[in-house]
Amino acid sequence: MMDAQKHLENLNEIKRIMERSTRFLSLSGLAGVFAGTFALIGAYLAYQVLDKDNFINGMEYFDSKILLSGNHAIHIQLISIAIGVLVLSLGAGFYFTHQKAKKENRQLWTVASKKMLLSLLAPLISGGILCLLLINQGLFVLVAPITLIFYGLSCINASTYTHSEIGAIGYFNILLGLLNVFFLGYGLLFWVLGFGFLHIIYGTLMYLKYEKE
Amino acid sequence: MLEGLNKHFESRIRLGVMSVLMVNDWVDFNTLKEQLSLTDGNLASHIKALEKNQYIEIRKGFVGKKTKTTYNATEVGRLAFKAHLSALERFLKL
Repeated sequence: MMDAQKHLENLNEIKRIMERSTRFLSLSGLAGVFAGTFALIGAYLAYQVLDKDNFINGMEYFDSKILLSGNHAIHIQLISIAIGVLVLSLGAGFYFTHQKAKKENRQLWTVASKKMLLSLLAPLISGGILCLLLINQGLFVLVAPITLIFYGLSCINASTYTHSEIGAIGYFNILLGLLNVFFLGYGLLFWVLGFGFLHIIYGTLMYLKYEKE
Repeated sequence: MLEGLNKHFESRIRLGVMSVLMVNDWVDFNTLKEQLSLTDGNLASHIKALEKNQYIEIRKGFVGKKTKTTYNATEVGRLAFKAHLSALERFLKL
């Protein structure tokens, strides 16, 4: 009986070491919660900017018929909001992940975390460049769905090297992105669902599952 | 001793080293140490033992002027480790 106990422990230990050495598991759920919250605040501010200008009806913020390119003031305000959300989300992500790694006595810069970052960034940067090109062509209406789809692909790709649950957020985002192409013009709404609520729900679940003591 | 169990893998440290090397190619000493939360001397002796059995191979390279030693599981080592795992699983199913 003693032997069985020892062998079972060894098997579990082997499994744990294999997982830990190939996956970066210090990613914090709180990072998701904060990124989602910043996304919601950003969406609200963007809505205010567009609403104040009063040149749209309903939800067609990103309708191709609205020539945003003619209004540089709005452009600059929207881009400022976007950069603000990006910087705050990355900052929170780094901070909470750093805290979690420190608490678990783990290094932040490991083979697994490098692989995770690379697999995340490859589709993400491709999508980002594609969006800049679309904006340059005046195809604003496609920006929201493309960001959702490419972010989804990034999550699925990165899930090989971190908590596999991140893949689920990826599939949901791709689904939202595709739906957004069906309901063109409702980009802000789909962003709120994908980058806002999905992140908050996912981050909370991950926090409860892996971090809460 | 249980049938099929490999006595070279009796030590938890050797088991740990093999576990890391089964799923990662060419891992350096410090990474191994960190993954297994070990001290230098402890790890070095077990690595030597595994190398002697030809379960792992060693490659010495340079990063700038510093030497960097990396380790990889050999085919012999992989087969031996898999056999050991199957033996453990068989035993636990009984």
